[in-house]
Parts: sequence; C-alpha cells; structure tokens
Amino acid sequence: MTMRKVAVIGAGMTKFVRRAQETPKELSWLATRMALESCELTLDDIEAVCMGTAPDSFDGIHMKGEYLSDGAGAWRKPYMRSYVGGGTGVFVPIQGWYHVASGMFDVVLVVAEEKMSNFYPHAQAAFLTIFDHTTERPLGPNLLWIFALEMNRYMTTYGISKEDIARVSVQHKRNAANHPCALLGDPDITVEDVLNSEVLAYPVQRYDVSPVSDGAVAIVLAAEHVAKRLTDKPVWVEGVGWNLDTAHWTNRDLVYPRYVEYAARMAYDMAGIKEPKKEIHIAEPYDPFDYKALHHLEGLQLAERGQAPQLYIDGTAARDGNMPVCPSGGLLGVGNPIAAAGLMKIAELFWQLRGEAGDRQVPGQPRRGIAQAWGDLMQVGTVVIMGR
Amino acid sequence: MTENIRSFPGTPLSEQDFEEGKILFNYDELNGKFSWDTGIAIGSYLAGLKNGVILGSRCSTCRKTVVPPRTVCEWCFRPMQEYVPLHDTGTVNTFSLCYVTWDMKRLTDPQIPAVIEIDGASPLHGIMHLLKEVDPQKVHIGMRVKAVWKSAEERTGAITDIQYFKPVKEV
Ligand SMILES: [Zn+2]
Repeated sequence: MTMRKVAVIGAGMTKFVRRAQETPKELSWLATRMALESCELTLDDIEAVCMGTAPDSFDGIHMKGEYLSDGAGAWRKPYMRSYVGGGTGVFVPIQGWYHVASGMFDVVLVVAEEKMSNFYPHAQAAFLTIFDHTTERPLGPNLLWIFALEMNRYMTTYGISKEDIARVSVQHKRNAANHPCALLGDPDITVEDVLNSEVLAYPVQRYDVSPVSDGAVAIVLAAEHVAKRLTDKPVWVEGVGWNLDTAHWTNRDLVYPRYVEYAARMAYDMAGIKEPKKEIHIAEPYDPFDYKALHHLEGLQLAERGQAPQLYIDGTAARDGNMPVCPSGGLLGVGNPIAAAGLMKIAELFWQLRGEAGDRQVPGQPRRGIAQAWGDLMQVGTVVIMGR
Repeated sequence: MTENIRSFPGTPLSEQDFEEGKILFNYDELNGKFSWDTGIAIGSYLAGLKNGVILGSRCSTCRKTVVPPRTVCEWCFRPMQEYVPLHDTGTVNTFSLCYVTWDMKRLTDPQIPAVIEIDGASPLHGIMHLLKEVDPQKVHIGMRVKAVWKSAEERTGAITDIQYFKPVKEV
C-alpha cells in the first residue's frame, strides 16, 4: 500500500479555561481561524473537515458533530466527527491523516472542541454512564473510582510511592506556567503541595487530577506537494496507531496499558523506529491524572515497566532533559477539555519541532516527538509520531 | 508560540460573573429515563445472583473462565455457552478509599470500591464491588474476602443482592 506523506502546516488554539463565555461553536471557530491564519490559508483551501468532540451528554446537545459544524468550517464539505472517548484528541488527527495519505484530499482541517462547563453542577456526572448499567451502576460508582483502582494497582505492584507520582504533577504544572493558554500553570508548586492536597479517592488526591475545562484546538494537514509549497517548516506525521482493549475492565490487569503498547508499536513500525527511547526526543503522553503519564510512558515503550518515575527523578523528563515529557504542561497544567486536550499535544509537537514554542521551547532542536491519548473505559490508545 | 502570536482567544468567566448577574444563561433539566434489557448472559448472571450464586462463563477453546458471563468469547469469537458457578470468595486485586460522591459531596467514612478476583474464575478475572466490615486502613491488595448476601427473600436478581464483600478471617 502506498501512502502519501502528510504534514501538519498550521495550528491554533483557544485558552483552556474553567468556564468560557464563548459557545462550543464559537470556541471551535476561534481555534480554526487561528490555525488557518497561521498557514495563510482560507476556508476555500480546505477540502474536508474532521471534528473530534466528546459525548453529546457533556453539552446536552444531540448530534454535537452537526451542531459544531459551522464553527469548524464544515458546511458544504466532506465532514465527519470521530469519537473514541479521551483518545479522541489524538485520533482525530489520525482520521485527518488517512484522508490525506489515501490521496482523497490534499488539505484537511482537524478541529477538536470540548465545553465541559455546560454540565451542571459538575461534569463528573456526565461520566457515570461509562459504567455498566446493570452490573456496576447500582453500586453507586463515580469516575474517580476507576482511576483510583488503577493507580493503586500500579503503585502497589511496583512499589511506587505517592511522592514519586506527585513529581509528575509538579513538573507538568510548572511547565504549564510558560503556556499562555494554561488554566493551572504554577511555577512554584511543590511535591508537598500535591501530597497535602485533599484526598478524593485514595490514592487519588486533588492535585493528582487535571481540571475540567473549556477549549478548542485546530490543525491543518496537507499532502507533501502542498505542504512544501506553503511552508519551509512542515512537520511530518511519521507514524500513527490506535488500539482498543476489552471493555470488561475488571477482567484484565490494570497495571499495564497493553492497548497503548499495541498502538505505539503500530506507529513505531510505520515511522521505522526501532529504539523508541533513543529516537523519540519529546513525549506528550496523556496525563489526565499524574500516574497516567507514567503508565503511558511504559505503554509507549519509553520506560521499562514500573520504571517511568525514574525519568522524573533523574531529570530525563524535564524540559531540558534528554526526553522532555509534556513540555506543554499537559492536561494537568494546561487543562483537560477532553478532545481538545489531546489535539493540544499535537499542536505542542508542531510548535516544538518548528522551534516556535517560545518560553516552553525544548533545547537541542528536537527532531521527533510522540503524542498519545487514552480513553473509553480505560481501554483505547491513540498515538501519533511527528518529525521534521 | 508561533512566536509572533501573543494573545490567544477565549474569554474566561468567574463565579463572580454569575453571582453579579453579568452573564445570561439558560438552565434546563434533560429528563432521560431508560429501561435496559439484561440480555442473555447478564440475565443468567442476575438469575444466579438471585439464587445466591456468582456465575461465570467458560470458553473451552481458550480455557478461560470470565465473570460476569458473556455470550461470546472476545478472544476467539466463539460462543460461550457453558455457564459455571464460581465461589463467592475472592482476592482484592485493587481498591480505593473514596471520600467523595459522584456529585462531589464529601464523605467522612470512605466508600471502599474494589476489584475482587473471584475464586473459580481465571486469574485476574474479577468484578467491581464494595468492601465493608473492615477498617479502611487495613484493606490491602491480596486481602481475602467473601460476599455478604441479602437473604433469599430479599434478593431480586441484581448485583446488589451481594450487599458487599468482607474480609475472610485468615486461619
Ligand atoms: Zn475463546
């Protein structure tokens, strides 16, 4: 199968905020306009639009893809919304990628939007329906349970301390202090702050968790011949992968995200990467909770099982380390408007690899980065590798 | 970022904006009511619970016993027709001490959700349930637990026919 080379040529995003005045459509339009302007295109140049957004229940709007379509510039164009839970933000650029790689389209717009503040009084309730209606929901679960259960299994199996995990939250929130769109950037936060924060569902504490947020992100993808005409700094999509594990989440070991491994191996094969630890220069693993970044680094083969905390202890994961992790500030720092948060990681790699990340710029002219998202009932992994 | 861009769009609102009436909004409650069929496999599972038995299903090709039961083996995609009674004891695979409800109300005494590997099912195959009659500080992964059932008259064929799991006194 021959596939065409695909580049990211533009990106835009809104601030990530606790509650935005703008509607979901308006947020989508703001990010989309910025992405188009960044590569000096207009909507007339866009041949198809891919939209990523979370369940309709978040907004209380049925057929949210259709609702958002004008804000995403989709009218009278081939348009489709994709949704794979929290994995959506890194899946929707994959959808855009195969639109272009296949030869169907030369220039495609990819938009991801989430407005979680619509849900009243708290978006947590919107997540309750992920539990099985007959065998689980009568027990009165809440979303924190599954994270707490998985985190405890991970910590206990490998003897990882809460302190080791808190370092992730600290580093990401500190990194986010340099992101102009961040909701929870804090240059002064310490491990003690995390360990002293309210216990929500042991082992999960308040500062282990990313904030619910509103926001939108958009990128523009182009085929090689178009990308080279429009920019001298295209960032290539070198590999993509996605994978799904069983929804019977109590019937598999939560200690390791095998579906992330499978998604990563698919992407590494496509990118011709044999030694991920050496060949990946920036990692943006999905970090809705601090332990998840560690869990995912292991699934991505960027750390041995149970060893990911070491990357934060020895400085490898720092912005000036050998393999910076979440230089953006991640979901823990920038914010977690579900689908937009995943696409934010793609935008971050785009800016970092072009050397345009401003105060967040990773030194040493990084050549290649990986972004990953995760979702559904802790069962889906989506991975994109980008390089220049 | 694209270094020439200094300002990013988006207008954050604060609680104060709402309290001071600066923001107009529309409040509504969407009232959804559902009735879910149990299906074949979970129907059998619930009937088992009504009789005080935890049922699993077995794939003789994969030699796996899963719980709750299902009609198809997700590994080999063959039908799973053999339902097998499991024990009502098991091992805590993982747990949490949860101090908040789904709507973020605070709890003084934590709820203790756990994944419990059920004896008789394949290794690492469990169900989610609650632990009680235990000091929260003494719960640990690997702890042996047993189901506490409602009385036969009270059981309705629901996961809550098991009230909770409690520690088995280790002899
Ligand atoms: Zn089978």
